[in-house]
Parts: sequence; C-alpha cells; structure tokens
Amino acid sequence: MKRTRWAGRAMGRWAVAGALASLAGVGAFLGIAYRSDLPAVPTPKAADFPPELVSRGAALATIGDCIVCHTADGGVAYAGGRALATPFGTLYSTNITPDPEGGIGGWSKEAFKRAMRDGVSRDGRHLYPALPYDHYRRVHDGDLDAIYAFLMTRPTASAPAKANDLIFPLGFRPLLAGWKLLFLHQEEFTPRPDRDAEWNRGAYLAEGLGHCSGCHSPRNLAGAEETGDSAYSGGVAEGWVAPALNGSSPAAIPWMADSLFTYLRTGIDGRHGAAAGPMGPVVHGLSRAPEADVRAIATYIASLSADRPRAAPKTPSPPDRTAEAAKASPAGATLFAGACAGCHESGAPMMTQGRPGLSTVTALQLDRPDNAIRAILQGIHAPTGPAGPAMPPFAASLTDAQVADLAAYLRSRFSDRPAWTSLETAAATVRKEDSQP
Amino acid sequence: MTVTLTVNGADHALEVDPSTPLLYVLRDDLELNGAKYGCGLGQCGACTVHIDGKPAFSCLTPVGAVAGRRIRTVEGLGSAEAPGLLQQAFEKEQAAQCGYCIAGMIMRAQALLDRVPDPDEAQIRAHMQTNLCRCGTHMRILRAVRRAVAMRKGVQAAQEVRP
Amino acid sequence: MSPVLSPLSRRSFLTGGALVVSFALVPKAFAQLAGGGEGGTGPAVVAPDLKGSLKSTPWLDAWIRIEADGRVTVFTGKVELGQGIRTALTQVAAEELDIPPAAITLVTADTERTPDEGLTAGSHSMQDSGTAIQNAAANVRMLLAAEAARVWNLPADQVTTGGDARLRAPDGRTLPYGEVAARLSLHVQAVPDAPLRKPSDYRTLGQELPRVDIPAKLTGGAAYLHDMRLPGMLHARVVRGPSVGTGLQSPDIDAVARMPGVVKIVRQGRFLAVVAERQWTAIQAMRHLQRAAYERTASPLPADGTGDAVVATLKAMPARDIPIMDTSEPAGPAVHSVRARYTRPWISHGSIGPSCAIAQYMEGRMTVWTHSQGTFDVHRVVAELLGLPPEKVHAIHAEGAGCYGQNGADDAAADAAVIARAVPGRPIRLQWMREQEFGWEPLGPGMMTELEAALGADNRIVSWRHAVWSNPHNNRPVGAGGVLAGNEADPPFPVPEGKPIPMPEGDGSRNSNPLYSFANTHVVYHFLKDMPARVSALRSLGAHLNVFSIESMLDELAAGAGIDPLAIRLDHMRDERARDVMQAAADRFGWSKRPRGDGRSGCGMAFARYKNLGAYCAVALEVEVDRETGRTLVRRAVAAVDCGQPANPDGLRNQIEGGLVQSLSWTGREAVRFAADRRASFDWSSYPILRFDDVPGSIEVVVMDRPGVPFLGTAEAAQGPSAAALANAIADATGVRLRDMPLSPDRLKAALGPV
Repeated sequence: MKRTRWAGRAMGRWAVAGALASLAGVGAFLGIAYRSDLPAVPTPKAADFPPELVSRGAALATIGDCIVCHTADGGVAYAGGRALATPFGTLYSTNITPDPEGGIGGWSKEAFKRAMRDGVSRDGRHLYPALPYDHYRRVHDGDLDAIYAFLMTRPTASAPAKANDLIFPLGFRPLLAGWKLLFLHQEEFTPRPDRDAEWNRGAYLAEGLGHCSGCHSPRNLAGAEETGDSAYSGGVAEGWVAPALNGSSPAAIPWMADSLFTYLRTGIDGRHGAAAGPMGPVVHGLSRAPEADVRAIATYIASLSADRPRAAPKTPSPPDRTAEAAKASPAGATLFAGACAGCHESGAPMMTQGRPGLSTVTALQLDRPDNAIRAILQGIHAPTGPAGPAMPPFAASLTDAQVADLAAYLRSRFSDRPAWTSLETAAATVRKEDSQP
Repeated sequence: MTVTLTVNGADHALEVDPSTPLLYVLRDDLELNGAKYGCGLGQCGACTVHIDGKPAFSCLTPVGAVAGRRIRTVEGLGSAEAPGLLQQAFEKEQAAQCGYCIAGMIMRAQALLDRVPDPDEAQIRAHMQTNLCRCGTHMRILRAVRRAVAMRKGVQAAQEVRP
Repeated sequence: MSPVLSPLSRRSFLTGGALVVSFALVPKAFAQLAGGGEGGTGPAVVAPDLKGSLKSTPWLDAWIRIEADGRVTVFTGKVELGQGIRTALTQVAAEELDIPPAAITLVTADTERTPDEGLTAGSHSMQDSGTAIQNAAANVRMLLAAEAARVWNLPADQVTTGGDARLRAPDGRTLPYGEVAARLSLHVQAVPDAPLRKPSDYRTLGQELPRVDIPAKLTGGAAYLHDMRLPGMLHARVVRGPSVGTGLQSPDIDAVARMPGVVKIVRQGRFLAVVAERQWTAIQAMRHLQRAAYERTASPLPADGTGDAVVATLKAMPARDIPIMDTSEPAGPAVHSVRARYTRPWISHGSIGPSCAIAQYMEGRMTVWTHSQGTFDVHRVVAELLGLPPEKVHAIHAEGAGCYGQNGADDAAADAAVIARAVPGRPIRLQWMREQEFGWEPLGPGMMTELEAALGADNRIVSWRHAVWSNPHNNRPVGAGGVLAGNEADPPFPVPEGKPIPMPEGDGSRNSNPLYSFANTHVVYHFLKDMPARVSALRSLGAHLNVFSIESMLDELAAGAGIDPLAIRLDHMRDERARDVMQAAADRFGWSKRPRGDGRSGCGMAFARYKNLGAYCAVALEVEVDRETGRTLVRRAVAAVDCGQPANPDGLRNQIEGGLVQSLSWTGREAVRFAADRRASFDWSSYPILRFDDVPGSIEVVVMDRPGVPFLGTAEAAQGPSAAALANAIADATGVRLRDMPLSPDRLKAALGPV
C-alpha cells in the first residue's frame, strides 16, 4: 500500500511542476538553496540516553506515527522503504534506524533537529515535504531531543535508501528551497492563554507531531497546506477525502471530544463510523499513545468545529429511508440486501453489537462519493490490529455500474444531502488506481 | 426473476430472488458443495469462488450481480477422479484436517497461481492471509501451494524439453 | 452373561441388513464408562477383562461383519472430526483382519447400527475404539482360521493369512474370508487373548495411508452434514438474542409470518425459529425478528479483559477444594524459590463452519443427523426434550467442521429436532449463523493457577505447589437441560449443576499433577461450580493452562539458577518414554547448539504427557520478537510425539502440527470479550485468530517408533507444551516472562517498554 500525508489534489501535475520550478528558480538564484552538510558523528550508544527520555520519545514518536511511513510492508521497523505516492511522483521513505550507513546513525542531535525543522538532510540535501517538517517546526526542542533519543536506541537495520521516482524536474532537490521560502514559516508552538492546559496540549500535538491538518486541510497547487479559514476545511489523502474538521464538518452527528477520543483510540465510534484508508494507521498509532495525549488531541479537534450549530438536526434521528431509497434505486436496494445487509441492516449482528448505523457514517454525508466507493471496492482494514472494525472488499464481485447503483442507494437512504453524480466514472477511477502496481 | 448464471462453463437459468447471495444458489440450487458457509460476513474465505477470474466471497455476492459473468468453483478445477493441479497437490500433502476451509483455500490459491507464475513464500503467505483455518493446517496448505507451483514448473519444463 | 442376546437364527446373522442387534437400544442405566474422558454418558462395562470399548460391547458382530461375498463392514461408535480417525481405524481393522484397507467399509456412530462408545473426545478414539477394533479383528481372524482349519481338517495353527482376504493352507489351498464367514456366527463375545499380528509382519498399520475423507473435501464432494440434501428439505434458522443469557423482548412475528416463502414460525416457550422453503428467506426472516430489543436474563458475565480481570472473576466465586496430589519426602532446604500466577481467558472453539443439523419427524419417529461428538448423547437429549420413547429417536453422525470440543453441535441438533417436530414429514436443515456460534456455544473456561516452587542447593526441586481455579469443563449434555432448546422450553429443563471430572483424567485439574518427580508436591483444584459464562470442553481442557503453568515455572526456576531448561526437565523425569521424547525433540531441534536469547530471538521448550495417560509430546520453538510492535514470530518449531504404535504417522504429524498452530493462536492471540449484557466477540473481527502471516516458518514432527505398543491418544497432546514453549521462548528472547494469556503483541510490547 502506498501512503502519503503530502497528497494534494491530483491535478495539473505538470503545471504544478512548472510553477514550482520557476518559483524555485528564483530561490536558487538568491542562493538560498545551498545548505551545508553537517559532520557525521560516531553513533551514540543506547546507554547514552536516560530511559525516561527514551520513554518520552517513544510516546511522542507514536503520536507522530513515524513508524507508519518509515516502515515498508513486512519490513523492519523504521528501516524505511515504504512507497509514498504523491501527485508529483513516488517517494520512498528513508531508514531512520541508527545504522551509520543506511540510517541516521551518523547524525548528531543538531543534524536531526535541522531535518525535523528545516527539511534538510545531514548531508545538506533538501528533503521533500512528504516529511511534514512544516509541522515539526512547531515541536519543542526538548521533545525533539526525546524523539532523537528514541530513534537512536532502536535496533539498527542496514537498509539503503531507495531512489525516488518523481516527475521532471522535481528530482532536482534545490528547487525545494524555493518551496520552503514560500511556505516554511511555522514557528514553535506557543500556548494560548485563553485555553486550558488540555486544549493547549492537544493543539501542540495535533499541529506539531500529529500533523492532522496535513490531510484535513486543502493544499495549494504547490502542495502546501492552505491556512486561515481554509485550515481543517477538508483535504485529500491517498484518494480518500479527509473530511473537514472545522465548522463545515459533514458529520451526521456533530463530533464531541468524547466520541473523537473513542474514535481515535479504537478506530470506531458508534455515532460516526470506522477509520478507513489512511486514517487507519493514524488510529493504529493513537491506540497505543498515552491516553491523556489522545484525550487532549480529541479536545482540541472537537473545538475546531465548536462553532458548528449544535441544534437538533432537521430530522430527529439520522435518516434511514428504506422505501424511498428502494424506489429511487431498486438495483441498489437488491445489491444492498445481498451484499451489505448481513452487517449493516438492523437485526444484523454488527448492529446488535453497537457498530454504527450507516446513517451516521460520515462517508455517506460527504459532497464527494470517493470514500464510500473506496470502502466498497477496497474494504476497510481493522485499524488497531487484528481485532477491530473491518470490511471486506467488493472489487471482485461488483462492477462499476453496480458500485454506482449501490452508492446511489446508500446516499438516498442514509443522507439528506443531494444525490451524488457520475458515480460509475468515480468507481472506474478508483478501480483503475487500485489496479496500478 | 430469472437469473442466468455461468458456473464452471455451464449456463443455468434460475428463478431466484436476485439479492440471494451466490453461495446459497451454488449450494442449494446447483447442488455444488465446494463453497462453504463460514461466516456470511466476508471474513473467513470458506465461500471463496472466482468471478471473472478473481477470488470473491460468494456469501456477500448477490446472485443478480453476477448474471452472465464467469463463475468458477472448486468443482471447476477437477474432481476426485480427475483432480486439478492444486487438488492433486493438496492430496499429496494431505493438506486437510476437518477440511471445511479447504475448498476456499484452494480457490484462493488458484487465483494466485493464475496471476503469478512463480510466487515466493512471502507472496503465498500474504495472498492466503484472507482465509482462515482453525485446525492449524496452515503449514500443509502452504506446502501444497508450493508443491503445485513446482508441479506446474515441472510440467512446463517437460513441455519445453519436448521438440 | 448369556452368549446370545436374542434368538436370531444363524442365517439372520449372515444376511447383512437383517441384523439389527439390540445393543444400541439397551437403556443406559449404569454409571458412565470412560465416555471419552470428557463427561457425557457412556455405556456400562459388561466385560471388564476385554480391552478398549469391547468392555462395553463385547459382541464381535457389533464391530465387524463379513458378508458371504467378502464385503467387510467395520463399525465404530467414534466419529470423524477431521482428526483422521476413519482412516486410522480402517488401518487398524485391515491390519488385524489382514485384508486390504480398501476392502473395508467403516460405519461411524449411528444409534441403530454401531456400538455406543460414548463421546469422541479426550483423545480416546484410538485407545477405546482402535483397541476394540484391533482385538475384535484379531478375534475374527482367529475364528476364521479355526473354521478354515475345520474345513481342511488341519490344526488351526497351520492356517495363515496373506493380506488378501483369503485363508491359506500349507499346501497352497485357499478359501476366501466370505465363504468361511458364511459358516460362522460372529455374534459371539470376544476373548481377551486372541493373538495380535506381530508388528514385524504389519502391512497396513504404521503406513502413511492417504486419508479416505480428503478427496471429497478437496473437490466439492459430499463431505459434510452441511452438504446433505434430502427430498423436500426445508431450511430453518433459530432466532435468539446476541448471546447466551439474553432474550428478545418482542420479536415481530406477525410481519415475518406474512413473508413469502416462510413455512412456519416455531415458538415454544422462549424457543423461536423460522422455517422456509429457501435458506435466504429463512435468514432474512431471522434478521427481521432479531431487530427486536433484547434483555439480559441471566446472571452477570465475567469481567471483560485478561489477566487481573480473569482473576477477579474467578476469585469472587465460591470454590470447592479438591486435593489432587500430596507427597512429602525429606528434601534439602530451598535456596531459590519462585511464586507465580498464570491465567487464561475464556476461549472460543471457533469452528470455521457454524453448527448444523438435519432432522426429520415422520410417523412418530425422529431422525437427527448431527456432527456432535456424542451421537448417543444427542439421542438421549432429543428423547427427553421431546418426550419421545428412546426407540423412536435415531441419531446419526455426519461430519461437520472441526469442533475442538463442545461447540454448538449438540444445541443445533436439539434445535433441529424441536423444529422438525413442528413440521412433521419434511426434513429440516438448521444452520446456525456465525454470530450464533460465537454467542451461544459453550466457551473454554477462563482459568488461573498459582504456583510456588523451590530449588535446593543441588538444583533439585524441593517443593512444588500448584493451585488451579476453574469452572467445570465438562458440561456435555446428557439430558434436555444440557442444551439451549431445553433451557428455552416451557417449562424449562434446568441447566444441570457443573461437576468436576475426577482424576486421573480431570477437567480443570487435568495435567495439574506433574509427571515429574518433585519432592513435596501439593496440588489442589479450586473447583468453581458457578459459571458466569456458558462453558464446556475445549480441546485439552485444563491441560492447556496447567501444562503452561508447570512448564513456565520450570523455566523460571531454571533461569534463576542458571540451569539449562532441558537439563532441569530430564533431571526430574523418571519416565523413560518422557525422557526419550524430550531428547528426540531436543536433538532434532539442535537444542544444545541453539542460538541464545539476544533480545530479539530465543528458544524455548516444554513437555507434557497428556493427562499423564495419553501421548507424550515435547515441543521446542525458536522465536523472533519485533521489539517495536511486540509481535512474536515462530521461526521454526520441532515436536516429538510418542503415542505408542503409530497407526498412521502422517496422520499423527498432521494432528501435532495442527495442535501446535492452534495452541499458538489460543495462547498468543485469543480472548473472548464481554460487554455488560452480552458476549462482545461475535465474528472474526472481534475474535481474531492466527492467520497465515503469523504461523511458524516451519514445523517438524518426530514420531517415535513404538512397534506394537498400545495406542495413546494424540489429538490434544501438543496444546499444553506448545503454549509453554512459546512463553519460554519469548522469555529467552527478551528476558520478559509473560504469565497471562494471550501473550499478545500488545502485552509483550507493554512489558518490554520503549527502551
């Protein structure tokens, strides 16, 4: 599976590349592209780091979910090599074990912090912002020390870096200096005095290591996050819609801190559905992170949509219009009965066991059908480990037209929002992406 | 309504509710025993059949959705008298205990063999991950798949040697 | 005991089907025999001098019939559960009759055709039925030879056999078995000393005969009860709440009764089922009824969780203390002692195929096809439940998916009978749903042990205390109160009070008595009769946790004193066969040259003789631990097993491989989850088991060659040792001792910490 947190809208790749190239050309002329290499140091010994520091680093690295991007499928933890699909080509994550050759064993603490804040490798090369250093700039110095201590005490793995496969001319790294000139201005986090400690802790983690807005905010043509009012108004990750977390949240039932906590901790909340797509690995990490930190993140994220009207929705309970939907999409109703009802119809065991009904699932409330279609075609992996909400894929059994019928039925039965359009095309697009190696 | 199904190369016109999962039509109408009811939730793989060459859970496939598409079940691979390649390999390895999962395992493995000429151990394990076995016959199932790959290579090698 | 049960003419014995001997229908008034060692009812012992199940069914024609045309039918009261018993018993019969195995038709448990051998459980089939068939066949061969000698006017010892179903005279004359059998009545009792064939002459026993049931299973043949289709058969589903101890409040029966294709709604007391022409209709009707709200109708469930949660639940219940073992010898002072608590949560059988049964009620007679382990118990249960005379009920075994103990099979059989009675004439096929199997089957009970042991200065164990807390593992239904349909009847048949299985087999106490020679051994079973969750036998019963505890403790002692794990075991083991399997496993594994624990990989071993009566099994594992995730992979596994004369070595390897992998799943991954009012494990996403990426890199099984030595049950021999070997290997690899199951990645990761 390919992953990225740096997946802007998949559009106009060449235009983007050109724009970046010209921007960066300016940067290059200004001579900012050059960054010196920092000397390699002898790999520190595990015993050099106090255990409390390593423990703290472990918790922080779990919230940052370093392991997800920096571990290949079936590979050694933190040894890199995972393919990260971006609109600009495929990047491969690097080895961040303390191996002196392939990993970061020769990196001093200063080199590590420069990479985390400025996106510059020890040898002076610019790093692609798939590493969300725009977020890591917000992290306190002491926390970077802890993460450094944690990574330097991992078992080494001698995995060499894989070559990236990017569209021309983005393989030329000095261009990134221009990108940074334009977009890399974030400052270390400072708490807001008008908020309580839990909120501030949540904001610090979500904006920094957690880099939530990396997916949940839209990105501009150059792949940088939009800010201000656009922040948290929804984005795209690996083709999945990352729903808005601000006041424009489409959730059928507004998110509250408690339900967010349950969701982030277990991958499922009875009033909102299950974590799917790239949110799965996020939950995997948070299910193992310190509970208080996850509560803090939930508190902060819930506050983003606090301005959303909390009044009772139009209908007393979320919609479930069986008869109307069957009339509007009889083919979809038949497919639902045979393929979906065994889990999602009332009386099905999942419903009896408290799994969320489809009318509360955000994927069916979004403007775009992508998440619903992806869930149908690809299924959902249990995010927190072998136990947890899972859904089988239907790519082999349903055609694009059938997926479209089913999606239309689901939308009309379980949402008050306007019908989706061009569903069959959307299904075909997802299927085509999946069939690519 | 009438649904026309193509199963193991034969066409069948059936009067059936199109929402009926394919599994029950295969078992009750066509009297094919291979696909098994295991969970009805797409979680165990005991019901695995091929639809247009791809492995699918027949327990969650409405029969109306597969009208006119190519359906293959374990019966389509061979019989006790004339077993197919994987069936021979499973027999050689005695790769069954209670055997309830095995028809699904064979269909799952067949999909890999159809797609990958010479899968390695990691590919086989990753591909078979979908299917559950409770008796703990996993090691024999893996051996049987490896044996089938080797048998096929042997047949191919023999064919290549022939003038 | 009269030599002839009923005044049947000799001719009637010889005409095959005409012989319906009354043994099957004799009321079972006596106390149980071994009954499979797992409870249930069993037939009375009538011939204590005979071997195996001949003790209860001494008549040769109950076991073996030979037609005049030479066809041979062998009858067993045991059943195929996927353990390969059909093949093994066929081999036993073929060997002692000295005929080709292909000449034999084997008939498994059927209350009107076969002997009652109690349950097929407890790894008893080879000991009970294998031994009975072996001796019966030797008797038959002896009688055939004697008869042929009479024909030829030769001394009996001059007549021989040659493996081709013919008797031979020294001058080359031969007679086919069928012809000789036609002159004989086999309705005679076995004698205890019929000579067995010499192991050196074996043609079939010990050969790796391919299993007779496998071809159909690979090709979609009719292999299971689930595959039976009777003319006019209807499909049924039972309608229940999410799990045992819940009831639906007001199911919408009127709406479902109007659904096209619904034939009948069966409602009797709290029992509810739908019957339809088509399976899909029955499922949809069931789901509609299950939309109703449910309520908890029984006492509270166990606390959710593992480790401390298990302890909290078990210790809160009143216990009856049953002493298991008390020895005292003079021993030196303790120099190193260890105390530890070990736990196991409730575990699901997790059959891949949910339970199924077919029943037909016609002209006052009920026929039930069941995959229960106790066909004869199903007969008794159904008769009591429906108030039918025993002779009006016929129970027939047909194979199901692996059950690994008492899953929903017995309940489904009773359900089907209740439904069939309401729809006379037509066969009905009842299929339980996945969530019903998880929600309503009896679970393997949660358990805990507390051990305290001490080493003396000479590295000998000077004291050993073992206390085990457990619910009964033996709640096999022997009457209507033992099945759900009985509990739901109006008036209900009450659930019988749980009883322990006495030693030497034991239940929660099984294998709590170490086979090792420890000084000053004190073992007590804190028997807990109150069952917060419905429980019954799960393969290996208490041996899973007791062996885990004993064998973990041995390694804990050894690690503390710097003794090699193999050495501490051999130093305390006098049983030569036990020593041999340990040594055989160690040799094949390369124990003495094994890689030592280095933080990421390590090795562990463990041993047990199942029940101290069955097969001997030693397991050695090499594991690799991912310290970042806590995930443990078994790189390679070696097991050695001694089960006496191996009937079919490949079948044995299959059983041991399977038991080992299943135990890794139980021990490493599994725990039933509980919500306040229901079981929360209801599907494979809420009850995950081991999948292909977690099974060992390799498993090798060494089968000890024990020619002619009595059969010992094998199917449950690997579970305990595999569990302990896993814990011991993890401890060797990481220095972390896990004592609470499951030894899951999360638990190991938490124990390892980030450093």
